[in-house]
Order: sequence, then C-alpha cells, then structure tokens
Amino acid sequence: MDLILQPWPWYITGPLLAIVMFLLIYFGKTFGMSSNLRTFCAMAGAGKKSDFFKIDYKTQKWNLMVVFGAVIGGFIAHFFLSNETNIQLNPHTIEKLQSFGFENIGKALVPPEIYNWDAVFSIKGILILVIGGFLVGFGTRYAGGCTSGHAITGLSNLQIPSLIAVIGFFIGGLIMTHFILPLIF
Amino acid sequence: MKYLKFILTGIFFGIVLVKSEAVSWYRIFEMFRFESFHMYGIIGSAVITGIILVQIAKRKKIKNIEGVPIHPTPKDKSITRYLLGGLLFGLGWALAGACPGPMYILVGTGAFSMLIVIIAATLGTFVYGLIKNKLPH
Repeated sequence: MDLILQPWPWYITGPLLAIVMFLLIYFGKTFGMSSNLRTFCAMAGAGKKSDFFKIDYKTQKWNLMVVFGAVIGGFIAHFFLSNETNIQLNPHTIEKLQSFGFENIGKALVPPEIYNWDAVFSIKGILILVIGGFLVGFGTRYAGGCTSGHAITGLSNLQIPSLIAVIGFFIGGLIMTHFILPLIF
Repeated sequence: MKYLKFILTGIFFGIVLVKSEAVSWYRIFEMFRFESFHMYGIIGSAVITGIILVQIAKRKKIKNIEGVPIHPTPKDKSITRYLLGGLLFGLGWALAGACPGPMYILVGTGAFSMLIVIIAATLGTFVYGLIKNKLPH
C-alpha cells in the first residue's frame, strides 16, 4: 500500500499515459484535452461569432466525460491514494524559488504564492492566472493540440508537425522560466 | 452507459498524472530549468511506449471497437502554426504551470483557483477562433 501512496516513478507513469492514449484510440477517438476548450466555446454559443465553433458539440460529449473522469481521478489520487504532498525537487530548483520569495516549496501541488486566494485576488496574481490560461488556450488551438495531442499522441504516431509543436512548447517554456518569471517574482 | 469507459479512462488519467506529480507547477518549473530528469522520463517513456503500441496496432491491423483499423489522424503539414502556437502555449504552460489535462485534474485535488485558468484558457481558444483567419498558419 505504501508503494501506492508514494509518488509513482516516471518509468511507471509514462507508459501508463501511453495506455490512456491508446485506449482512447482504441475507442475510436483521440487523446486531446485542449479540444474540450473549443467544445466549451461551442456550448456557450460561440458558433454565432465564428464558424470555427460551429461544431456539433454532442459529438464531443465523450471527451467531456474524459474531463469529468479526470477531475474525479484527481480527487481520488490526491485525497485517497497519496501521503502528504512533499515533492522531492532538485535543491537548485528550491534555491531559485526561495530567491523568488517562495516558501513551503513542494508541499502542495501548486505554489500558494500563485494559487491561494490571497494571491489570486491581487492584481499580479490574477494577471498570472488569466494571462497564463489565455496563452495556453490560444496557443494550443493555434498549434492544433497540447501536450496530450502533440507530445504524446502526435510523437507516438511519428508526426513531424507534432515535433515542431513540442519544440515550440519548449522555446516558450524556456523563455518564460528563464527570462520572464524572474522578472515577475 | 456508453460513456462509462470514457469516464473510467479519465479517472485513470487523473490518477496517473497526480501520482506522477506532472500536474505540479514545481515540476514544470524544474523541467524547464533542466534540473530533473523526472518530466523528461515521463514524456519520453510515454512516447516510446506509445510508438510501440501504435506500430503494433498498425502492423497487426488491430481494429478499434467501431471495427475500423487503428490509424491516428495525420496532422496537417505546416511549420508556422506549430512553432508560433507552440511557443505561445509554452509561455502559458510555464507561467500557469498547467496544460489542459492537469487544469481539470487539479480542480479535483482542491485547487479551485485553477477554474480561473480554465476560464481564461476557454477565452483564449475563443479569441483564436475569432481571429484565426488573420493569423499565419
């Protein structure tokens, strides 16, 4: 049981993610989490504003069910299958975050300095979440997929476009982590 | 209950991503600083396993449950949209520390402020839909 409660190693979780991808392909669908954002837009009536959202969202219901399951999965894993969160980060990473003024590093899945309500209701905090979310939603549709659709499904199917997208993900992530985050914190 | 298998797959996905810690902002930060192999191990072993599964499915002509041979849809050829879109996505990924799968999963772990990120991401997708014809693809 303790093995379950501990964090699972990458060589277990990586292949399990590939199985999630393969199951969805086997069910005649595809592994693409960001497509749901388009479905949300279509459900909210965005089809009136752009043909891009004129999709029959009932055909996407299966993917919303995956999302629904993922929320439940997160709940089960966090509250029933985990010891207290204590992410074993590289000491250099911790040092860097301390220089940002972060505390209790790795004691929660998301940093309280960004995600607790005090932070969220500050101008800086709300801008981080809104701009971060916006870029993810805009970028993923522009690139035609996110980590699940490109990095896992696309690369598994040896798609060059997905490799280009993943390179793009990394260029963006490196710029944010090395140049922009140090300016923000 | 034809949707049950999708809910179960989602539950499995959520559990695996939480247990891998890949849903953590800290792990994403650490990855982009090249200070841990952890995230590269997850993505790398997922892709290698995925390549093997897809290759087996194609060669053995395994059919999906609808009776159609498994063949993931090829992506359209282009560089601009993947590089530019990917870059914007990467900026947001490293800032919010969550991509679209983990966003939902983290709500389940009690990180309710993630709902703001989800709403903003939906807005981002909406704006893309509005101006997509003006963007280079």
